[in-house]
Amino acid sequence: MLESLTSWIVGAVIFGTVIMFGALGEILTEKAGHLNLGVPGLMFIGGFASWAVAFLYESGTDEPSKFLMILLPLLAGFGAAAVAGLLYAFFVTTLRANQNVTGLALTRLGVGIGSFGGMYVLVKSGKSFGKAVNTYDVFAENLHSMFDFPEGSVVEAISRMLLSYGFMVYLAIICAVLIHLFLSKTRPGLNLRSVGENPATADAAGVNVAKYKYLATVVGAGVSGLGGTFYILVFCNGGWSTNNNMEALGWLAVALVIFATWRPLNTIWGSYLFAMLFWAYAYLPGVIGLKVSTPVNDLLQMLPYVVTIVVLIITSTRRNRDNQAPASLGLSYFREDR
Amino acid sequence: MDINQTQITPDSEEAAGIEVPAVKFVGVTKVFGSIIANSDVTMDLRRGEILALLGENGSGKTTLMNMLGGIYYPDSGHIEVDGKEVAIRSPRDSFDLGIGMIHQHFKLIDVFSAIENIALCSPRGEKYSLKATEAKVKEICDKYGFEVNPKQKVYDMSVSEKQTLEIVKVLYRGADILILDEPTAVLTPQEADRLFDVIRNMRNDGKSIIIITHKLHEVLDISDRVTILRKGKYIGTVETKDATELSLTEMMVGDKVELNIARSEPQNVSECVRIEHLTCLNKYGVKALDDVSFTVNNGEILGIAGIAGSGQKELLEAVAGLQKVETGSIVYTDRETGEEHQLVGKNPRQIRDLGVALAFVPEDRLGMGLVGSMGMTGNMLLRSYDKGGHIFTETKEPRRLAEEVKEELGVLTPGIETPVRKLSGGNVQKVLVGREIANAPKVLMTAYAVRGLDINTSYIIYNLLEKEKRQGVAVVYVGEDLDVLLALSDRILVLCGGQISGIVDARTATKQEVGALMTRFKVSREEPAESDVAEDKEAGND
Repeated sequence: MLESLTSWIVGAVIFGTVIMFGALGEILTEKAGHLNLGVPGLMFIGGFASWAVAFLYESGTDEPSKFLMILLPLLAGFGAAAVAGLLYAFFVTTLRANQNVTGLALTRLGVGIGSFGGMYVLVKSGKSFGKAVNTYDVFAENLHSMFDFPEGSVVEAISRMLLSYGFMVYLAIICAVLIHLFLSKTRPGLNLRSVGENPATADAAGVNVAKYKYLATVVGAGVSGLGGTFYILVFCNGGWSTNNNMEALGWLAVALVIFATWRPLNTIWGSYLFAMLFWAYAYLPGVIGLKVSTPVNDLLQMLPYVVTIVVLIITSTRRNRDNQAPASLGLSYFREDR
Repeated sequence: MDINQTQITPDSEEAAGIEVPAVKFVGVTKVFGSIIANSDVTMDLRRGEILALLGENGSGKTTLMNMLGGIYYPDSGHIEVDGKEVAIRSPRDSFDLGIGMIHQHFKLIDVFSAIENIALCSPRGEKYSLKATEAKVKEICDKYGFEVNPKQKVYDMSVSEKQTLEIVKVLYRGADILILDEPTAVLTPQEADRLFDVIRNMRNDGKSIIIITHKLHEVLDISDRVTILRKGKYIGTVETKDATELSLTEMMVGDKVELNIARSEPQNVSECVRIEHLTCLNKYGVKALDDVSFTVNNGEILGIAGIAGSGQKELLEAVAGLQKVETGSIVYTDRETGEEHQLVGKNPRQIRDLGVALAFVPEDRLGMGLVGSMGMTGNMLLRSYDKGGHIFTETKEPRRLAEEVKEELGVLTPGIETPVRKLSGGNVQKVLVGREIANAPKVLMTAYAVRGLDINTSYIIYNLLEKEKRQGVAVVYVGEDLDVLLALSDRILVLCGGQISGIVDARTATKQEVGALMTRFKVSREEPAESDVAEDKEAGND
């Protein structure tokens, strides 16, 4: 039972980290008033770019350097998603296109680019399956494996739950804390929040609205893209796969933003909780020692979404203004409309 | 040394001329499309004074001040600050010149605390520290007598608290020229008094302040000088101590302008809508109408005058069934059958079926009256969608009506299916009024029917209303232009702060009289005046 629970939590932390990156990026974006529904696409693009760079680097080099194996995929994942974010920002900020439509289009575009690109790289390299094995090893390096706790002991379980992850799990938490500090303690953070709340007021106060919208969207897209990086290089053990689980995770990230009431710190526990709920169908029967039929399993998979709806209902009935979406979320800003 | 010496002698002060004004407008003109908002305005604001900017609605006060606030840029003429010509192209430029404008609609972020809102607007390059900001805010508050709770969120604030925050925000930025756009419009009398104390404190500290208002008693109460605008033109500036309510009213409304409206004598006047003790609340829960009683008669045009927001909107909407009535009754008498109907408690559909038509022209005509993305036919259909009796909508009749309105009123449109939002304001108005009249109403209520229209279109509308009146329709005309009200109406009801401050005979009343009633004080005319008013009352109770 302890074994089941530990596995559940360890699985959830890894899975949740993907969602956390996606949600953190989306929070930054939404704080600028942009509802970017392209998160799944950004993850696909980020994941593909990281994997392609990692795969090509380690298969093209005899002695791949550890440092580059970390740096290159991170840069590629962040950068590629940021470019996609720039495209989105251009459409909705400069051309004032509908944010929902643009976001959904970006999701389709990202999934398409990822799937196609992945295939192309594989065909080009003449392999039917491409795994960035060395890069996976680097990304999965952890403290837990250095200790030698007795199998099945509580200490071992705790160590596994806390220390058995690669650096990106902790990077996600650091990102959450940094974004929280940025939003609540710095002037650019205050300016960014004002842009998402009331761009006309921000404009009148001398904040460069377009600049903040662009920067937040581009950086946010990059952070979301790291979710894809982590998914491919860690969760999928460094192997490219074009199954659509990544897309489901992207939508979970969008839901998590609402669940976290737009607060970065809430995404830390929120993402793990989401992941636990997501995997409840696989682990819960083991933990409580029951056999569950397939239809119930399918129902259990709805849990994260049900919880999001419940949270939406609770936060909107409590009418607490602090827990609401940025007031101008989804709206284009026209300076002429004073 | 030399400078000090010269400053001591009084002669040199005169030699240097009068002190340089804080702000000077020189020949400023601003045009929006075909409407001249400000025409060649030259005026100044002295250092350390409170200047009241007085004028009716649409006299160009706010537009003029918005040019100082960086929202508009003059089409010609220029603005000087401290004697230097300046180009204010954005609100930022305005702040940098030490100008702070407090708009009627506050520019605050709801989910931010007071201190965050202030920090957002802090001067360029200042270190970001909410603690330091709070200390500085406290200093400002103590100095001038403000009360600000730094941690309070804006959404928890009363209107008065928000306004205080706006003013502190502007002072925090280091403004020494303040513009307040109708600051007391949203305040209770006690809050207004407190605001005035603060404004006096700021003046005594050397700040220069402009107050935009149309409340005469406030002008006399607080200002040092008064500048009057009328229809976008500069009329004059007087020292407040030499001014009286009467003299200011005269400057504000100006001389009567003769209009060429063929007004007929009312025929077969009979009571149509009787309103008794009507009280309504506006969306803020404040009384918009307070114990209002009057009658609307068949075959007569009742003009309604008043400063914007005196309850006109709520009055018309109450009759049309769109506004919740707190107390009072609205009784409609059918002129043919003599049947009486209580309108309070009926829904708009039931009221409309009785023949009460509301051609409401709020700030945007396309908001309540028409659907912008539909053509004329579709908009005509809105009134007859339930006619026809089979499952498909009946479009033949609306199309015929659209053609008819287009012909008769001369609507300029590429075709009756062109979306009405693509038409000019005047043509949109023709479509709206044409449709309402086509329904053969027994009561026709119009609000600001000619706002933003050119002269010719305005006359088309006036003549339409006049024609309806001759056919025995009870017409209600809510208007802004006193000349039009006096030339078109038979009686004029004047609203002030949700109450009726008088009902006058439009044929004998003077502009000054109506203007005075709008700002609630009675012009003490010679004897005939009283009998006039008495007659009006009788006419009203007929």
